[in-house]
Amino acid sequence: MGRLAILLSGLLFGTGVTVSGMVNPMKVLNFLDIFGQWDATLIFVMGAGLIVTSLGYQIIFRRSAPLFATSFRLPTSQDIDTKLLGGAALFGLGWGISGFCPGPAIASLVFGRMESITFVLAMSAGMILTKQIQNRAQTSKA
Amino acid sequence: MTITEFTPLTGLLGGALIGLSAVLLMAGHGRIAGASGIFAGLLTLKFDEEFNWQLVFIVGMLIGAAFSALSFFDTSSITFNGGPLTTIAGGLFVGVGTVLGSGCTSGHGICGLSRFSKRSLAATCTFMAVAILTVFVTRHVLGA
Repeated sequence: MGRLAILLSGLLFGTGVTVSGMVNPMKVLNFLDIFGQWDATLIFVMGAGLIVTSLGYQIIFRRSAPLFATSFRLPTSQDIDTKLLGGAALFGLGWGISGFCPGPAIASLVFGRMESITFVLAMSAGMILTKQIQNRAQTSKA
Repeated sequence: MTITEFTPLTGLLGGALIGLSAVLLMAGHGRIAGASGIFAGLLTLKFDEEFNWQLVFIVGMLIGAAFSALSFFDTSSITFNGGPLTTIAGGLFVGVGTVLGSGCTSGHGICGLSRFSKRSLAATCTFMAVAILTVFVTRHVLGA
């Protein structure tokens, strides 16, 4: 049952980013282009996503544990530091030049377009590289 | 630059589905539905329990996108921006940035804001502002 819920969750996510049009980089860039040919669709995507998730979370967090796991695993860090903001800024830069963020980019792989594959490979390289540097920094500190 | 049609209804529907996905993953497995974190977890290639659920989620995502394309979504509307260099640079920045910043549009923008995380609010404002500025500069200053 647990695995099925995860698969269904992924399925809803993949369908959602496709239906919303977020898998189309030009649509995302036109949303970000508030001084040009603005396409406001993504406000509706974000809005609906936030309403459903915040209401759903309210109900879920009344329970002490999830249905198929022992505990909720939520981020514990509270620090708004340069790592968080610098990372978010770099992500914004990449999002702004390509029109792709991770979810839609990964989902779009099944459409078989070369650009999607290139983007996800480059993104993977960036992720692996950053994790390795972080791990090395941590080991040298310990 | 290609003009895209304003589609609020499919936007609402897609957003609601992404929300349901986040709710279901939290209710069932107690996890944040953040695409970058889940995908980056897979890349560690440690074939443990973590890897296992992350793989199931990503496979689900791909099936969902494939199902949409086969039924109602017209993939021919998809238009990419710039050439291979733009795509590679974009991918690299997104990869580095989401690992450093611990999340992306889904993890911070949907899940984080929905649990009123101050870190996610700071991250979301930052990446939105930088992305808007980037598009402004590339389209209206450099005129690409």
